[in-house]
Amino acid sequence: MAEKKINLTLNVWRQQAGQEGAFETYQAENIDTNASFLEMLDVVNENLTCAGKEPIAFEHDCREGICGSCGALVAGKTHGSHDRSTLCQLHMRSFEDGDELTIEPFRADAFPVIKDLIVDRSALDQIVSSGGYVSVKTGSAPEASTIPIEKNFADAAMDAAACIGCGACVAACPNGSAMLFTSAKVSQFALLPQGAPERASRVKEMVETMDRLGFGNCSNEYECAVACPKGIDVKHIARLNREFIASRTRKKK
Amino acid sequence: MVELNANIPEGPMAEKWTRHKFGVKLVNPSNKRKYKVLVVGTGLAGASAAATMAELGYQVESFTYSDTPRRAHSIAAQGGINAAKNYPNDGDSTHRLFYDTVKGGDYRSREANVHRLAEVSNQIIDHCVAQGIPFAREYGGNLANRSFGGAQVSRTFYARGQTGQQLLLGAYGALQKEISKGSVKMHTRCELIDVVTIDGRARGIITRNLVSGEIERHVGDAVVLATGGYGNVFYLSTNAMNCNASAAWRACKKGALFANPCFTQIHPTCIPVHGDYQSKLTLMSESLRNDGRIWVPKKKSDSRPASEIPEDERDYYLERKYPSFGNLVPRDLASRNAKEICDAGYGVGPTGDAVYLDFSEAIGRLGRDAIEARYGNLFEMYNRITDDNPYETPMMIYPAVHYTMGGLWVDYNLMTTVPGLYAIGEANFSDHGANRLGASALMQGLADGYFVLPNTVNNYLADLERDSVDVSHPAFVKAEQTASAKLDKLLAIKGTRTVDDFHRELGLLMWNECGMARSEAGLKKALEELPKLRDAFWSDVNVPGSGDDLNQALEKANRVADFLEFAEFMLRDALDRAESCGGHFRLESQTEEGEALRDDEAFAYVSAWEFKGVGEEPVLHKEPLVFEEVPLSQRSYK
Repeated sequence: MAEKKINLTLNVWRQQAGQEGAFETYQAENIDTNASFLEMLDVVNENLTCAGKEPIAFEHDCREGICGSCGALVAGKTHGSHDRSTLCQLHMRSFEDGDELTIEPFRADAFPVIKDLIVDRSALDQIVSSGGYVSVKTGSAPEASTIPIEKNFADAAMDAAACIGCGACVAACPNGSAMLFTSAKVSQFALLPQGAPERASRVKEMVETMDRLGFGNCSNEYECAVACPKGIDVKHIARLNREFIASRTRKKK
Repeated sequence: MVELNANIPEGPMAEKWTRHKFGVKLVNPSNKRKYKVLVVGTGLAGASAAATMAELGYQVESFTYSDTPRRAHSIAAQGGINAAKNYPNDGDSTHRLFYDTVKGGDYRSREANVHRLAEVSNQIIDHCVAQGIPFAREYGGNLANRSFGGAQVSRTFYARGQTGQQLLLGAYGALQKEISKGSVKMHTRCELIDVVTIDGRARGIITRNLVSGEIERHVGDAVVLATGGYGNVFYLSTNAMNCNASAAWRACKKGALFANPCFTQIHPTCIPVHGDYQSKLTLMSESLRNDGRIWVPKKKSDSRPASEIPEDERDYYLERKYPSFGNLVPRDLASRNAKEICDAGYGVGPTGDAVYLDFSEAIGRLGRDAIEARYGNLFEMYNRITDDNPYETPMMIYPAVHYTMGGLWVDYNLMTTVPGLYAIGEANFSDHGANRLGASALMQGLADGYFVLPNTVNNYLADLERDSVDVSHPAFVKAEQTASAKLDKLLAIKGTRTVDDFHRELGLLMWNECGMARSEAGLKKALEELPKLRDAFWSDVNVPGSGDDLNQALEKANRVADFLEFAEFMLRDALDRAESCGGHFRLESQTEEGEALRDDEAFAYVSAWEFKGVGEEPVLHKEPLVFEEVPLSQRSYK
């Protein structure tokens, strides 16, 4: 871990809910390259506070890349890199002294800005609400070993389940589509026997909710998969499409 | 006068829970919908409790300060979840899990609670598998297990290095299911700022809407705090940035006793501190100790790179001192040994506060692919943060604050000393004693939420007389006024130091005097320093912005103000407990060889502290601990 200090110029989007926003320029000085991107913002915020200004509002929590809270467009890239990394896991060694960076909130119709870099992603919860689970009541489960699952399927389900719900896929998509997010959940359960009873209704309801909440359609740009910090594959979108068609053709009792 | 009654059921240990479930009063299904339960926090304990109580028919309202329930810090748990399934056929059983947990907790937990935890552990796995959680599988399709520190059997179920994430998403899915049915009302970006009691019972909460700044009142028949631990009192910890002690502390100020506040867990395998801008510490799952070997150079202040230090000049100190457990000793021992060896001058890295965790032997034996399959995501995370490649050079690790075993005092029903106020998950104290074993936090959170509280809460609600209390009751008005006034006061100070600046100073004081090693002199000194720091905060903190919109500095200031009060409980508790136990080394209490010396005669009790006013000395109540099943003995992992 070599130690090095750099200076940056930041153009940061500042906005109050319901009002128009604008970029403001700040200097980030003497930043240790071992600091994370959010720690760099902490330093800028400490200076703003001491100068009697309001610090930049940005969402963050675990700072280890798993909670999905953080995210912003940095130099046009969701999470600041396309390196399978969340913004909190991006380190300042990725930048050069003198760099000028534009920092904006995730932009999508379904993600209204709350303040500065913070957007409202609750639409993603509503998609999950409409079927992104297995309906099993506490206490009613069979003994775990009675459900053997082929390792390949369990692994593939885990690949899909790794989604952290950060919304970068939506922000990266030119259509503001939530197909990668939705398909990851649909895929996880389509790959597992536990998901079978609700398989048809799940995909139907989740897709309908997604459409209703103002997310765009998928036109196979694949920007989502490039942006995803967890490497969720677009093949899950293909699986969602198959599941969706199958759900329409399935006979009703 | 507070009386501690743990309400432990009669009968043999293995039958207590079954008998108790039969003994508790029931609320008939059509009456359940008349009762409202407020659940604060949406981690494993909170989400599972809210979902399960809603399934049972109660009206449930759920609260989180995050934008969605799925962000709760349970999500960051990596390693796994224990259960006594004994699938590997290696001699595990409910009794062994119970035994290991009591022993691992250094005999400072309540036996009956721990036995119940071990009993329901298997149901948790059944339920989570049925939810479609993609646990690791063997090629034959069966569930895979791995071993973890403090156990000689493989009883840990896992989903790669993201077990907490997967279990939380399972509970979150269950919660979303109930939200969609209308049986849970969800309040996101909504933080508890006070607990409301009426006639000595918990009847509601006051919250702040973190977007609009609005202060809101919520009434209920029972209040459940699933609000996690207080590790962030140390400023640097592996906790998420927003984790705080405020809900538990506000409950404490309303009459709930706080148990064992000095019991904090220092996790042995974290990435060392590297700069003063640092905002948090990152944990590397303890599972790494299954294949990684911990060592330091035999020579003091050896500045050679690891690769240039020959095998016979390396000290694999855990293997040397504890041959039967080796690198898999419990967390407290691994942490304390790392600190001791670094304090003695053998540490590595730029600060000298680090030891090596070396995978070269395992890579040589199993191949790089096998190691990548087990720990790939952890190695990647390490590489991102430090820019070092652990496949080629050993990791550097150092202990960091990770979990807090102390918490609100609860009885067997998980109820605090305030009737109707429950604490579950990390927010209570009951199951881990002075040291938590790896993969037991997820187990306890889900045990409390899915299986324990939904049973025991009936007992309270069944006896409750219905009344017409609503949010216009004077107790709500007063609580709201007090909480608002505090926020206004914070905003009005307009001093010169930032909230983080104070938090950092508090953290350092606590780490130095109330961390892994403590002494009477140090604790007394800290008890003198703390009130000064608190006064400085209240006269010189700078909280920018207003209370009428989203204001993260105000949120943080309100939490740090509580840490500054709560820290005093930790110091007083540590001062009272003049024994070395769990991860806490009391300098005055050691053997001739310098090992930790527990003092069962004087300290086999739970310390439950009663709040008497800020800066006033709290009153200590003792719950004696009786060990019927696991005979008290000095732990040996040699």
